[in-house]
Amino acid sequence: MTPSLEPSPRGAIRIDGAVKSYGHGVARTLAVDDCSFDVNAGEICVVVGPSGCGKTTLLGAIAGFQSLDGGSIRLDGRMLCGPGRPRAEVGSDRIVVFQDGALLPWKTNLDNVAFGPTVQGTLSRAAARDKARGMLADAGLGGYEDVYPGQTSSGVRRRIEIVRALMNDPAVLLLDEPYRALDALTKSVMHESLLELYLRSRVTIFFITHDLEEAVFLGRRVVVMTARPCRPKAILDVDIPYPRTYDIVGERRYRELVQEAAAAVHEEARRAFDVGDKEGPQ
Amino acid sequence: MANVRALLLRLERLVPWLKSPMPYLAVAGYGLFLLSWYLLVDVFALGRFSRMPGLGSIVHEWLSVDPAYGVSIHTPIYYQHILTSLGRVGLAFALATALGVPLGLLLGWSPTVKEYVFPLFEMLRPIPILAWVPLAIIMFAGSETPVVFLTFLASFFATTLNTLLGVRSIDPSFILAARCLGASRTQVFRHVIVPGALPFIFTGLQISVGVAWFSLVAAEMVSGQFGLGYLINTSYTMVQYPTIAIAMLTLGLVGYSTSAAVRVAGDRIMRWRKRELTGAGRA
Repeated sequence: MTPSLEPSPRGAIRIDGAVKSYGHGVARTLAVDDCSFDVNAGEICVVVGPSGCGKTTLLGAIAGFQSLDGGSIRLDGRMLCGPGRPRAEVGSDRIVVFQDGALLPWKTNLDNVAFGPTVQGTLSRAAARDKARGMLADAGLGGYEDVYPGQTSSGVRRRIEIVRALMNDPAVLLLDEPYRALDALTKSVMHESLLELYLRSRVTIFFITHDLEEAVFLGRRVVVMTARPCRPKAILDVDIPYPRTYDIVGERRYRELVQEAAAAVHEEARRAFDVGDKEGPQ
Repeated sequence: MANVRALLLRLERLVPWLKSPMPYLAVAGYGLFLLSWYLLVDVFALGRFSRMPGLGSIVHEWLSVDPAYGVSIHTPIYYQHILTSLGRVGLAFALATALGVPLGLLLGWSPTVKEYVFPLFEMLRPIPILAWVPLAIIMFAGSETPVVFLTFLASFFATTLNTLLGVRSIDPSFILAARCLGASRTQVFRHVIVPGALPFIFTGLQISVGVAWFSLVAAEMVSGQFGLGYLINTSYTMVQYPTIAIAMLTLGLVGYSTSAAVRVAGDRIMRWRKRELTGAGRA
């Protein structure tokens, strides 16, 4: 049997009736309520919604950082969390890339990328470093191996962090507003570079943002969330084929989709704002 | 070859420093201080300063081959005092580091351990070292052990507390990221907690070595033989004022050197940090 060149895509996530609340009694707030949707294997699924709507809670539940009060999450058919197991186990099949970046400052970029396989014991340190060197070079990041993250620009750091995640051959990458702190110019470079890494690895990506242009540019599908409690309001099918370059931002279809997302988000933002007004001191 | 390059690099950095006003300001600061001392005590002998040891007599005594009160850079006893004090501080500092750093890491890492230890720790910490003197003398035999114990105590609190703060200062995303990448609890401890706390640990060690000298002198004034604190105390009772000043200035010099040694050690161990700082300066 010849091994197929295209590996069967992994990383299908099924979120089914997820519920999560914080606090008790009067102070209890529902962050996520009866939230169900699927992330298809091998796609970039972007989740947008008003800030504080519970998107990060959802990501934390998939990663295993947070428990759910109800509902279940499955990854490729396997239950991560659900009845009898409120909290998923943290595992290297689901790797989170954080808002502010989390390369370890005391390790060189190379040792950061080699970290996963080294601590898991899947590769010897030397072999992990060799593989890391290769993956950094493939991603056009050769030359940054032996310096520390603190000496590296924030854009390059974000790209290295994605490579560090991909080193572990994860089923899904969980990105929580990874480019929030970057300026617009760096951001556009990051987007193209993420798409390039994505097309090479075809890893499933769960991407949280509230930048709608970013969402439509990157996503195969964009899930617009309602204001708290968080649940899908609209799911946009971004029918612009990959590979995408920044030229598409001028295209009509792109603008239409951004506007469609904006309309849905605006309605929710408005609602969140009104609710906030009522809850606030009079 | 690498050594030569490092030396050249250091020289290259030295030149702009020498061209900047900084070193001359420091020299001027010293000069002004010594000049005012000389004028206030030696020349005018104003009011409160009339009974102070004069700068001239101190320098003369310090450098004298045959010092009037028996202590100068030419007498072996001078070095015995310094070495005795250094030895006590060294031992106390080593013990405080060996116990304080692990305890601080544990306090920061394990909420259970913290619940047990921290309230007690915070109650004992504000007790001034001098208040421990009687108990230390009762508890420990001889004159040497109480002095080392008192010196250790102050260092230990500073080191432990700063290590604990160091663990708490670590960005939680580093820990979560390491766990995502498959690190076990012990691996997180080794690869994230310990290196992440290092900057604070070294700040703590610098404070610790400072308070070690502070409590050493206090302890030496009460108990023990030899040592710079002992020298100050005996010179006072024997009305040998220039020797007091010699011991004080020596304490300043030796204390500064130990503090600088800790800083250099920290810079060596945390190269990533130094580079990070210089990198940030360049950006």
